[in-house]
Amino acid sequence: MSKTPSVAIRIQDLHLSFGDTRVLQGIDLEIRPGELFAFLGPSGSGKSTLLRAIAGFGPRPQGRILLDDEEITSQPPWTRNVGMVFQSYALWPHMTVFRNVAFGLEERRVAKGEIRQRVERALDLVGLLELADRRPSQLSGGQQQRIALARTIVVEPRVLLLDEPLSNLDANLRIQMRREILDLQRALGLTTIFVTHDQEEANTISDRMAVLDQGVIQQVGTPMELYDDPANLFVAGFLGTANVLSGRFQQTAEGSRFGTPGGFEVLLEGVERSGSGHILFRPQNIRIVQRGEALPEEGVRMEGRVRHREFLGSLVRYEVESGGEKLLVDDNHQRGDPPYEPGTAVVLQLNRSQIIVMAE
Amino acid sequence: MTLFARGDRGPAVVGLALFLFLLLFLAIPVVKVIFVAFQDVGSGQFSLINFVDFFNTSLFRESFVNSFYVAAMSVAVASVIALPLAYFTTRFNFAGTALIQTLGVVPLIMPPFVGAVAMQLLFGTNGSVNLLLDEWFGINIPFMEGLNGVILVQSIHYFPFILINISAALNNIDRAMEESAQNLGASGMRLFRRIVFPLAMPGYVAGAALVFLKVFDDLGTPLLLDVNNMLAPQAYLRISSIGISDPMGYVISVILVVFSLLALWTSLLLTRNREYATVQKGGGGLMRRDMRPWEKAGAYAVILLILLLVLSPHIGLTLLSFGTIWSYSVLPDGFTLDHYLEVFESASQFITNTLLYATLAATADVVFGTAISYIVLRTRLAGRRILDYAATASLAIPGVVLGIGYLRTFYEFDVPVVDKPLASWWVIIVVALLIRRLPYALRACMAALQQVAVALEEAAENLGATKRRTVWRVVVPLMSGGILAGFVTSFATAAVELSATLMLVSEEADAPLSYGIYVFMQSAAGRGPGAALGMIAVLIVALGTYLSHRVIERNRQQQASDRLVAAAET
Repeated sequence: MSKTPSVAIRIQDLHLSFGDTRVLQGIDLEIRPGELFAFLGPSGSGKSTLLRAIAGFGPRPQGRILLDDEEITSQPPWTRNVGMVFQSYALWPHMTVFRNVAFGLEERRVAKGEIRQRVERALDLVGLLELADRRPSQLSGGQQQRIALARTIVVEPRVLLLDEPLSNLDANLRIQMRREILDLQRALGLTTIFVTHDQEEANTISDRMAVLDQGVIQQVGTPMELYDDPANLFVAGFLGTANVLSGRFQQTAEGSRFGTPGGFEVLLEGVERSGSGHILFRPQNIRIVQRGEALPEEGVRMEGRVRHREFLGSLVRYEVESGGEKLLVDDNHQRGDPPYEPGTAVVLQLNRSQIIVMAE
Repeated sequence: MTLFARGDRGPAVVGLALFLFLLLFLAIPVVKVIFVAFQDVGSGQFSLINFVDFFNTSLFRESFVNSFYVAAMSVAVASVIALPLAYFTTRFNFAGTALIQTLGVVPLIMPPFVGAVAMQLLFGTNGSVNLLLDEWFGINIPFMEGLNGVILVQSIHYFPFILINISAALNNIDRAMEESAQNLGASGMRLFRRIVFPLAMPGYVAGAALVFLKVFDDLGTPLLLDVNNMLAPQAYLRISSIGISDPMGYVISVILVVFSLLALWTSLLLTRNREYATVQKGGGGLMRRDMRPWEKAGAYAVILLILLLVLSPHIGLTLLSFGTIWSYSVLPDGFTLDHYLEVFESASQFITNTLLYATLAATADVVFGTAISYIVLRTRLAGRRILDYAATASLAIPGVVLGIGYLRTFYEFDVPVVDKPLASWWVIIVVALLIRRLPYALRACMAALQQVAVALEEAAENLGATKRRTVWRVVVPLMSGGILAGFVTSFATAAVELSATLMLVSEEADAPLSYGIYVFMQSAAGRGPGAALGMIAVLIVALGTYLSHRVIERNRQQQASDRLVAAAET
C-alpha cells in the first residue's frame, strides 16, 4: 500500500444491454489519475452497471475500457487488478477477518511472511488490527465496511471501485466513513470511482462526478459546476431543489423577455434567445418579505401569497403562489423569527444573476 | 392471588394438558426403553452388562457395522445422484430445470419399503435388468444383493433431501461472494474450492445428516428385502420373537436414539448458522451461463438415466400390481386386474383403517400444533418452550423405539371398557402416528402463526373479544392455510408409516395399509395384491402431496397480494 503511480481510466463509446434492455448507451468518460470520482444517478440509471463493467462483471459491453493505455475490456475479472468493494461487502463468512484480507495476496502467490506483514499493515490502516481473528458475522456494519476496504487495497489494485459504499450504514456512521474513505484515498493516491444515489455524498467528497440517467451520462464536472450550471432539467432537479418555469422567450432591445402562460414575466438583460424554453433558480436565490416591508431596489420583484411552509431548522421553506406559478422560497431562520403564516401577502425578490436559462 | 394473569389461565390449562400428554406418550416410553437397556435383567440393578453382551455377540456387531455402512453408503450414492442435478440447475441457464424439480419430488411420494420388492424384480439377480444384461453382455451385476439392495432403494428414495438442500445452499450464496473472489484474482477450480464449496457445505451436510438418520432408523425396507442383519430389524425381531423382556431390543433402541440425536444435532447446528450466506443484494445464486450443445446433450442423458432409476420403483410396482406371474422374465407373463379385486374384497379393512388412523392422527396433530404454537409464540407461560422442544424431539425417536417403548410401558395398563391392554388397542397406533408426525404439523403451524401480525389480535381484543374468541375468530382463520398444509403433510406421511405400526399391530383386523403391504409382500403369492395395496398407498400420498403443495402455493400468492394491498393502502 505504498503510494503507486496513479492510473487514468478511459471509457470510450461503451454500450451494454441485458438481453433486449439497453442499460448503457454511448458512455464516454475520462477519469484523471488520482481522482475521486462519483457516478451519481437514481436507481436504474446504469451507474452500478457501469462500475461493474469496469471490474469485468455483467454482460460483455461494446466499446473500450482503458487503464492508462492498456485496454481491459475483454479481460476476465481476475486478471484486471481492479479493486472493488461491494455494496454488501461480500466478506466470506467461513473465513476470519485475517483470512479474508489475505485471500487476494494468496491468489497472487505472495510469500507467507509477506502476506502476514501486508495484511497487518492493511488492517492497521483501517484501524482494526485487533479484530484479525474475528469472523465477519461478529463485526458491526462499519467494521465490515473497513475490512472490505482493507481486503481490496491490500492487493494494491490499479484503481479502486466502491459500489454504494455507505448505503448500508446509519446516518452518523455514513458521515464518518465518507471522511475516512476520502482520507484513505488521498493517502494512497488511488484513482477511485464510487457509485451513489445520494447527491450530498457525491458533493461532499468527490473531485468530479458524472450524473447518469437512463444509461446516458447527463453531465460531467465538479459538484459546484453541476449545481451552478446544470446541463439539463434532470441534472438541475437531481442536484438540489430548483424552481423550474416553462414559457417563451421574446427578443427585445434590452435583452430577452421570458414569460409564462400564467403571467409571470422577467426581463433577462444580455440574453439573446427567443422561442420556448425554461428558466430555473434555486429557493435560496429568492428573498421574501411581508408586503409593505422595505426591500433593496435591485432584482426582479414579484408579489405573491404564502400557501404552505415547512420548518427545516436552519431555514423555513415557503411555497408561494406568484404569477400563476408555485415557487419554493427559502428564508434563513434566526432564533425568535416568526414565520409567515399561510395566506400572508408577500413580496419576493429574485437576483437576476442567479437565473439559469435552459433550452427546450 | 392467582398463579397466572387472567388471560393466561386458559392457555395454561391447555399447555399443562399437552405437557402431560407428551410426557405420557413420548418421554416416559422412551425413558423406559433407556432405563431397561441399562438394567440388569436378573437383579434389576443399574448395569452396563446388556451393552457388553451386545458387543460380545457377533451378529449384533455385524448389524451395527451394517447399519452404519448402509446409512453412509446411501448418503454417498444419494449424493452421486443429487450433485450433477444440483450442478445443472444452479450453474447453467437450463430448460431441464423444471424436469429436475419434478424428479426431486417423485421419489418422496412412495415410501421406500413399498417399492422394495418391485425393485428386486427389476434389479435382482434374476430381475429384468440382469436378464437383459446377461443376454446382451453376459454379465450380472449384484445391484440388490444383501446390503446393496437396501442402499439402492434408500438412496433412490432419499436423494431429493440432498438435492433440495444443496440447491438451496447454492442459490442462497450472495453473488457478490463469488464476484469479490474473482475481483481479487481467483477463478475456476480455486474459486470453487475456496469460496463456493465451503459456503455450500453446511447445506449439503445438513441434508446428508437427515438422510443418514432416516436410513439408519428405517425398519421396513431391510425387512422387506429380507436383510435382517441390521440394527432396526434386529430390534424388531428380538422383541417380536423373544418377547418384550429381552434386553437386546432396548440396547439397540438406545444406539438408534443416540445416532439419531447426533445426526439431527449436526443438521440443526449447520442450518441454524446458514443465514450468513443468504442473499443480500444484487441477486442470489452463482453466475449462470448457457450450455453448449454437447453439454446439453450430456446433461439430458444424465437426467434421463436418473429419471429412469428414480421411476423404477414406480414402474416395477405398477407392473407387479397388474402382472400375473413375474419370475425369471423381463416383464410379467400377462396382465390382470385380479390383484386389485382381491385387495378390495379381502383386504379393504387395511384401507379404511389407514384412512381412519391417519385422519385422527393428523387432526390431533394440527390441533396440538396450533395450541403449542399459540402458547409458545403468544403467551408468557413459564416453560412454554418445553412444549416446543418436546414435540420436536420426537423427530429423533425412531419408530421402532417408540413402538418398543409403548409395548413395554402400556402392556400392563388395561383400558377399562375395551378390556384389553392399551398396548394392543388400535388407539395406540393412532397415538404413535400422532406423536411421530407432530413435529411436521407443529412447524407448519408455527410458520403460519408467525405470519399473523400481533396487531390483528390486539385489534380484536380492543373491540371486546376475549382471548378465546380472538383465537377462534381471528387467529385460527388466518392460520388456516398453514394448518391445512400441516394436516395434509401429517396425513400423507402417517398413511404409510411402518416402523412403529409394525410393533404395535396386535391383530390383522386393526392393521393399516403399510402393515398389509408388509404382510402380503412376505409371500411370493401375495406380491401382486401387496403391490396393488402399495399403488393405493402411493395414490393417497401423491394426492396428499399435491394438495399440500397447492395449499401452500395458494397461501403464498394470497399473502403476496395481501401485502400488495397493504402497501398500496399505506
